[in-house]
Amino acid sequence: MSTAVSDTRPGQNAAPRSAAMRRNLDRWFLIFCVVTAFTSVAILALLLGAILLQGMPQMSWAFLSNPPSRDTTQAGIMPALFGTIWVCGACALCTLPVGVATAVLLEEFKPSGRLTRPIHSFIQVNITNLAGVPSVVYGIIGLTAFVSMFGILGSTSDPVFELGVSYYDQFLSEDDRVLLVPVAGRNAPPTPVEEGLVAIIRDKAFRVHVIGDRDPLPDDKRLQAVTLREGAEAGRISRKSWYYLQLPFGRGVFAGALTLMLVVLPIVIISSQEALRAVPASLREAGLGLGATRWQVVWNVTLPSAIPGIMTGSILAMSRAIGEAAPVLIIAGIVFIASPPGHLMDDFSVMPLQVYNWAQRPQAEFHSIAATGIIVLLAILLTFNIFAVWLRQKFQKTMS
Amino acid sequence: MTVADSVSSVRAGERRRSARSLRTRESAVMAGLTFCGAFSVLTTITIVVVLSVQMLRFFGMEEVSVVEFFTTSQWNPLLGKEKHFGIWSLVSGTLLVTAVAMLLALPLGLITAVYLSEYSPRGVRAFLKPTLEVLAGIPTVVYGFFALTVITPGLKFFHEGFNVYNAFSAGIAVGILCLPTVSSLAEDALQAVPRALREGAYSLGATKFDVSVKVVLPAALSGIVSAVLLAVARAIGETMIVALAAGSMPRLTVDPRQEVQTMTGFMVQMALGDVSNFDVEYMSMYAVAAVLFVMTLLLTLVGGQIRKRFRETYT
Repeated sequence: MSTAVSDTRPGQNAAPRSAAMRRNLDRWFLIFCVVTAFTSVAILALLLGAILLQGMPQMSWAFLSNPPSRDTTQAGIMPALFGTIWVCGACALCTLPVGVATAVLLEEFKPSGRLTRPIHSFIQVNITNLAGVPSVVYGIIGLTAFVSMFGILGSTSDPVFELGVSYYDQFLSEDDRVLLVPVAGRNAPPTPVEEGLVAIIRDKAFRVHVIGDRDPLPDDKRLQAVTLREGAEAGRISRKSWYYLQLPFGRGVFAGALTLMLVVLPIVIISSQEALRAVPASLREAGLGLGATRWQVVWNVTLPSAIPGIMTGSILAMSRAIGEAAPVLIIAGIVFIASPPGHLMDDFSVMPLQVYNWAQRPQAEFHSIAATGIIVLLAILLTFNIFAVWLRQKFQKTMS
Repeated sequence: MTVADSVSSVRAGERRRSARSLRTRESAVMAGLTFCGAFSVLTTITIVVVLSVQMLRFFGMEEVSVVEFFTTSQWNPLLGKEKHFGIWSLVSGTLLVTAVAMLLALPLGLITAVYLSEYSPRGVRAFLKPTLEVLAGIPTVVYGFFALTVITPGLKFFHEGFNVYNAFSAGIAVGILCLPTVSSLAEDALQAVPRALREGAYSLGATKFDVSVKVVLPAALSGIVSAVLLAVARAIGETMIVALAAGSMPRLTVDPRQEVQTMTGFMVQMALGDVSNFDVEYMSMYAVAAVLFVMTLLLTLVGGQIRKRFRETYT
């Protein structure tokens, strides 16, 4: 059947090859292909094997619930784990509405005007190019735009605007109790110690008993607890509530989340567009034919049938955000974080950053716990991916 | 009474809406969507403005000269009495790592793509595709760790001359990272080649090897070139692997056993160090970011353009 193609072309200067030779070449090429293609499987197996081998011995409940520590037997990933949940949660809340809305604009509201059509295609090209920008560049942009807000709103250590914070002068009474005196703000003048001062001890207000520098202490223990000497000096402390907000954002959770938003937004938009494109045009036409407006069709017809596809794409984009280290490294730097973030402006670390922190140290013990951290990270990503695949499968069943 | 009215009144329990309120809502929705669409344009504008303004400020500083920046290769912003800013040592580090990565990713990725598109039985494909997807989904910091703790010791086992941090090990890890990108984009390009071309070749008595290598591969060439360019862009922008495995010594070299510093590696070093916001070192980070951005943007633009042209040929 496949004889002598080359023989029929005497004009070519390539040497004629026999059918047997060509079939032989074909067989060898197939073997070569199979070997090459399965290299990737071997690489994945080697990677996972090496990480499990190094990381599994340290895996324990303590690793999940401890803060990082210089002592590798005590070190854990808890603050970074919570940091990841905070940052990626906030990132998802910001990214998904904007991303899906942009996809709807690009897919469902294609303009026909001569002026608007170039704008439309410009947005499309722009998004494709944004998807190719290295994430570390987004980190630099986030540092300028979110952390310091171009420097127009003061410095991060002295923000222009604050919400949900109260400042106190903290005194230590003669009985070593902590007395807090509320002050107006971060830069308020220090509170003078005088009779009539009201201080807070454990959320209860007390009148401060003031005595002179050399006066003897009162005998009553309860009075001693609220006694201050005249020249006592205070330290300025702040208490921030869970909704604490400052402008500029500083190196906090929210700046990290917005920076990750820049990184994953193009991915969310592109995958949502694909999901919307997969909705059969007949559904839209039926809606429009019944007299529905464009938005009614989008809201009641297109979006509901595209939701599984959008969710699959969004979950995959979020798993990218979870694994992303470079932009967060630029935003947050490497600082010691002992507790999970308490508000959106709080210092934070995320799991990939913690892994980097451990992996970059020269000591082998830190490499081992880096591997343990990687196992936790990969386990979370795997859960996300399995969920996405399950969604995709369910979606395919209902559409066919 | 418009048709739109009757649509909304059909749905039981819903208030009838006037045509005017519908139109108002339509334009409000449109405004909201446009606002969201403008966000991505705004992002681009911010990137361009921030990078160019900071780069100009950097060039305006007395320690820096534009000519030196673009033509020399001595980069020591932190050490020594005299600071030198010659971008070429960082660029050469980046290119060295990228070259090693492409030497690994291109042959592996392209042959995998040919196998997946032309040869693989359904069962093998159902196994290989998810494997590649998993490889693509692994965070880059994990690859960096892999390079540092597995690839580098492995290289040292075969050859003593490798430094603890070296461009070769980082390049291999970046190559593994780019492998799924190359293979999936190239496979898309191969599958877009019309069946008729393959069938024509078969009918002339070609073997499967002849068809895939001499017919399909050349026909999909522009798509493959665009896949390669996108992979190169990805490799140039890769950060965590080189920060962990390539080292932090900027130098002009082609010896991949040496420690080098890439552009992204320098940015990480700056982010980790305690440099003040107004120092020349800190500003140099923006200049490096601008060069990196321009390089990747050019690759993405050219890659997209080539792919667009290729699509027009066959559909």
